[in-house]
Amino acid sequence: MSTTVEKATTAPADTGPNQPGALKSAGAWARRAPLLPALIFMIVVTQLPFVGTLIISFMNWNAYYPDERGFAGFDNFARVLTDINTRDAIITTIVLTVSVVLLSLLFGMLIALLLDRVFLGRGIVRTLMITPFLVVPVAAALLWKHALFNPEYGLLNGVLTWLFGANAVQPDWLTSAPLTSVIIALVWQWTPFMMLILLAGLQGKPLDVIEAAQIDGCSHWQIFRYMTFPHLRQYLELGGLLGSIYIVQNFDAVFTITSGSLGTANLPYTIYQTFFQAQDYGRASAAGVVVVIGTIVIATFALRSVSSLFKQEGGR
Amino acid sequence: MSTATVEKATTAATDTAAGKKRKRSGAILGVVAWIVGLLFVSPVVWMLLTSFHSESDAATNPPSLFAPLTVEGYANFFGADGGASPWPPLLNSITASVLSTILVLIFAIPAAYALSIKPVEKWTDVMFFFLSTKMLPIVAGLLPVYLIAQGIGALDNIWFLIVLYTSMNLPIAVWMMRSFLAEVPGEVLEAAQMDGCTLMRSLRTIVIPMVLPGIAATSLICFIFSWNELLFARVLTGTVAQTAPVFLIGFVTSQGLFLAKVCAAAVIVSLPVLIAGFAAQDKLVQGLSLGAIK
Repeated sequence: MSTTVEKATTAPADTGPNQPGALKSAGAWARRAPLLPALIFMIVVTQLPFVGTLIISFMNWNAYYPDERGFAGFDNFARVLTDINTRDAIITTIVLTVSVVLLSLLFGMLIALLLDRVFLGRGIVRTLMITPFLVVPVAAALLWKHALFNPEYGLLNGVLTWLFGANAVQPDWLTSAPLTSVIIALVWQWTPFMMLILLAGLQGKPLDVIEAAQIDGCSHWQIFRYMTFPHLRQYLELGGLLGSIYIVQNFDAVFTITSGSLGTANLPYTIYQTFFQAQDYGRASAAGVVVVIGTIVIATFALRSVSSLFKQEGGR
Repeated sequence: MSTATVEKATTAATDTAAGKKRKRSGAILGVVAWIVGLLFVSPVVWMLLTSFHSESDAATNPPSLFAPLTVEGYANFFGADGGASPWPPLLNSITASVLSTILVLIFAIPAAYALSIKPVEKWTDVMFFFLSTKMLPIVAGLLPVYLIAQGIGALDNIWFLIVLYTSMNLPIAVWMMRSFLAEVPGEVLEAAQMDGCTLMRSLRTIVIPMVLPGIAATSLICFIFSWNELLFARVLTGTVAQTAPVFLIGFVTSQGLFLAKVCAAAVIVSLPVLIAGFAAQDKLVQGLSLGAIK
């Protein structure tokens, strides 16, 4: 009640004496109008399908047995969470995401530190570094699978032959270390992404303070540990979280390099399989809901991190 | 007085000594940077080199670096060996990427305007709604999307893919465009309004020209993401509407030597992204960080 009174009293003050309330709300709608098409489009195209997934996840629905369609309660979730394949897929997803994100952050940071100094051809090296990120993911996966990892004529074993002669070890990378191979290929693609974000962060560091520290006799390590690294922290967070969002969803590399075999099937691949080959719609949806819950956990942190950078910028 | 000058002289001396040392270590680090850069690009160089080798030269161990160059691999990719022509999938990819990018801009520019220049109330909430849709894994909505496509008879239809790609890139574009529009000084617009400029006119003659580089960067990044997309395209398209990445996966099933052809295919399919990426190089970070980094 009191709020309505407050509103009523503030409204005329806001709009000025000559402007009736209707005109004000018309003005508000005029402001909203340019936003609405995008907003409505996004709600329809991205939110409704997810509601569909949520509904189907509670249904017993396999396209091979159309007559048995019905309500299943939490059965799908119970099956998803007790199924050994799904549990493996969850573990694979975590291992894959964490190792790719951490390794590419580490390499990205080292390379960003190298590039954050003046040397001959710095622009060229930066361009070279970006290139892996600009190879179409499927093409990159094919390149690693056939031209680099192939045990008979791949470049990696070729280099081993160059270095150690004809008797060099010739490992079959994809069968002996399948998950590591996928991780290597993804780290190669994602290091440039991290490097770009961290390099932008480095270029915004307070130079005068660091110069003062240098004059005071601080070592390189001290400057890095107590000045550069804390400054980089929020960029490391941003890169790590954006990277996680993309790599949790990775499908291209797993699908192309190993076809999800030998313990490399992550959740997106497993869901794709459950739905596309087993045609078990209910279970695929339940697994989808599980992925979303997992993503929401990451996303909450991601949103907080982005929002802190966003606030620094000040908005308008 | 004299002590001060002495002190200065000594610091100057140590400065140059330290400077020399720093210069040398700087040169070494420069060389290291070059080596790392070359290492990272070497798979791409190898892909390019292999694509210009004959199939028998491509599949040797140790690798034959200096084998004669040929465009056989490219000719085979484009159907010389009797395989399916890559042109329909390439054209599908171009159609899907270009049209979805145009749609994204049509939706995103007005939306970004309503989120920056004349912001609606609670505009930050709206921004985070857009961002949160980007975090929803594609795979979680895949099945209903597939069933809808099946229901309305839109399977294997490029337009269905275009709508999905638009939704995939719209949040990125809204975030990017907002960060570019936020740089337009409000006084300029107010002055234009005072002079009797209508909204459309000030948009067209002031805002759009100012943010044109931003629009270009946004388009290039949306183009790249659409061009790269595999999962939707794989599930929702068949023979008619298949895109280049789907085609790329499909043709590796053949037996025998095919390495040069695969590399040629990978080069051709990656070429548009490489061009777009290098063109947008300066704005790439801003786009990838959704405008959080300038």
